[in-house]
Amino acid sequence: MTVSQIDEEVAKLLELKAQLGGDDGKQTFVLKTAKGTRDYNPKQMAIREKVFNTIVSCFKRHGAETIDTPVFELKETLTGKYGEDSKLIYDLKDQGGELLSLRYDLTVPFARYLAMNKITNIKRYHIAKVYRRDNPAMTRGRYREFYQCDFDIAGQYDPMIPDAECLKIVYEILSELDLGDFHIKVNDRRILDGMFAVCGVPDEKFRTICSTVDKLDKMLWEDVKNEMVKEKGLTEEAADQIGEYVSMQGGMDLAERLLHDPKLSQSKQACAGLTDMKQLFSYLQLFQITDKLSAEKVRTTETQVLVASAQKNLLEERLRLTAELWNAGIKAELLYKKNPKLLTQLQHCEETGIPLVAILGEQELKDGVVKVRNVATREEVRKASQKRGWGNVCSAVEKIL
Amino acid sequence: MATLGLTCVHLCAGLMGRRAASSLRSLRCVSGMTVSQIDEEVAKLLELKAQLGGDDGKQTFVLKTAKGTRDYNPKQMAIREKVFNTIVSCFKRHGAETIDTPVFELKETLTGKYGEDSKLIYDLKDQGGELLSLRYDLTVPFARYLAMNKITNIKRYHIAKVYRRDNPAMTRGRYREFYQCDFDIAGQYDPMIPDAECLKIVYEILSELDLGDFHIKVNDRRILDGMFAVCGVPDEKFRTICSTVDKLDKMLWEDVKNEMVKEKGLTEEAADQIGEYVSMQGGMDLAERLLHDPKLSQSKQACAGLTDMKQLFSYLQLFQITDKVVFDLSLARGLDYYTGVIYEAVLCQTLQAPTPAPAEQNGAVSGEEGGVSVGSVAGKCPAWGRKQSCQQRRCAPQKLKFWWPQHRRTFWKRDSG
Repeated sequence: MTVSQIDEEVAKLLELKAQLGGDDGKQTFVLKTAKGTRDYNPKQMAIREKVFNTIVSCFKRHGAETIDTPVFELKETLTGKYGEDSKLIYDLKDQGGELLSLRYDLTVPFARYLAMNKITNIKRYHIAKVYRRDNPAMTRGRYREFYQCDFDIAGQYDPMIPDAECLKIVYEILSELDLGDFHIKVNDRRILDGMFAVCGVPDEKFRTICSTVDKLDKMLWEDVKNEMVKEKGLTEEAADQIGEYVSMQGGMDLAERLLHDPKLSQSKQACAGLTDMKQLFSYLQLFQITDKLSAEKVRTTETQVLVASAQKNLLEERLRLTAELWNAGIKAELLYKKNPKLLTQLQHCEETGIPLVAILGEQELKDGVVKVRNVATREEVRKASQKRGWGNVCSAVEKIL
Repeated sequence: MATLGLTCVHLCAGLMGRRAASSLRSLRCVSGMTVSQIDEEVAKLLELKAQLGGDDGKQTFVLKTAKGTRDYNPKQMAIREKVFNTIVSCFKRHGAETIDTPVFELKETLTGKYGEDSKLIYDLKDQGGELLSLRYDLTVPFARYLAMNKITNIKRYHIAKVYRRDNPAMTRGRYREFYQCDFDIAGQYDPMIPDAECLKIVYEILSELDLGDFHIKVNDRRILDGMFAVCGVPDEKFRTICSTVDKLDKMLWEDVKNEMVKEKGLTEEAADQIGEYVSMQGGMDLAERLLHDPKLSQSKQACAGLTDMKQLFSYLQLFQITDKVVFDLSLARGLDYYTGVIYEAVLCQTLQAPTPAPAEQNGAVSGEEGGVSVGSVAGKCPAWGRKQSCQQRRCAPQKLKFWWPQHRRTFWKRDSG
């Protein structure tokens, strides 16, 4: 079946579907997001913002710059880049112009950007959403729209220095995000390939045996070995030899030991990889790490003060004071009611986490003061004099904050 | 059903690489084939096509971004970050929270919401699942979010890219992917307080962005409609006359009047009367004066609008921003769903259109005169069968468009709407 024959069939089927669609009569329309996508509510956005800030701060601290690219690319830009995964790409409808597809990752756009701008050296990060049309039968519950966070160093440099920095960045980010204990595994393709070679794996089976070894994080060695021997046609001896190597973990000492391993040292590839691995670990030792911890209640707004009134007919004063606070750069709110009840205003503070409330009261205004209260403790923190203008109140609030 | 089964066998043969004599079955309207069965077939065929993809051979390929879209280099990103920080700080200072929605929606969510502009929507290809379209603005997704989560009151901002497939013949140099920055207050509140806050926000942002002098025009749909009524415009012509008045920021009055009389069939008298009103500008004093205008005061609508306008200005005085806000009767907007206060900010100095950066890919920017337009409306947002729609006091600076100052020689965003 040729491509054009397939196109024909698809077109016919879709026509049929359209016919069926119309005949069905009015269907009840359910309000929802597209399959595999979701909204983010303010609480989730607040968390996201915090996490992104941590990540971006780290990137900036390491001197990276950022770029942005369009959400869709010319279809041909993405063609041939993703192998089997090409079927997961979202295409845009042919509406008579260029054929477009939603970006599948941030790497191909990055490569295009470098080529178009003739850039060879760059240290860039790019945090943006990508789109993958996962097959519904296979991947229930997977997201089709999700963030990717890429950090790339492009260019020719002395070996292992950029790699060491990348690992340092990963270390910093995972520490600062406070996700608990973690470790980072490191390896090298040249060491892997060298290992396969000296264990007797035929060249053409390198990639497929590699995929099998990759399953060790999900399967037991017995099953992995089984797959290598029964499905991929390796000798049991070869599989056992691989098994010995892949059980090894360590640091610079392991790299050193392997450089003197009688079998492995026969592979030039493996030796190059091992030498670089030693170099990498020496740099990793030189990098120091600082841990930062933060824990806060998650709020969706950042308001610092609510301007409230204790009696009726104080809207004008509330508006004046709020304006002064805004002018002073203080984050402030007031309720959109002319005569709100004090209790309602305090409840709003509690629900949204506003720490301070500035209460305007008839008697207090006559006396020329404004009471500022801590919402959580209900304690009066200050009585700010308003006699010489609202500016005093602003300074008082600033001092508290 | 039997037919369906046989077709599957043929496909499987193809997938396994066996050379099957391809006797194509043309699938006509086969009884028993449901929509989901069709979806399955289409998916299989497309998978097969993807595998065959290699057969087409190599074509010469030029590296570029899609028409109407662009990359942002690090310098442009640094500027964007600064500007967004300023804007977002202001929103946060006013106690707003933010949400995010997917870049595409179900096609049916967007259907029927944009009138004529529907043809500008980017559709996704039917690949055998739900029909999808890229979001055209942030308002419809917002309304969907409110309805799905049964939210009536919220003060939210949303800064994100939207997609419009502008007709290339008409809009050379226009962007098809661009940022919109929405700020909306949804809910029922005492009149004009949220509107006053929205204006304060616009004032703060434009001041902090240091774009030079600006002023904000304010008007009200009820005042406009009342004005049309007392000038003798027939009800059914309100919207179309409104569109014509809207052109006053680009055309001279003579040409606008011409269009009203010659193209839209208004009497010269009516046009002249409109002409008198739309030349009026002022503050609270103008609202007060018009409330006593013998003609205009006959319209209940106009009186309601004018009363609210006075109230609004009293709040604006307390917010200390009346120096830059003008009640301008010539301000009209074309869209149907504006029901109350409308406003638009204008930069006083014309900034030169910047020259494209060296790495510009998508043709030159059209030579529109520079201007910052921050349109705001109070009106309905689309509601899906809910009793309490988020109408009353909503304001949305819909399109924050910026021409960046000349000395930067870059610009980061344009609104094509």
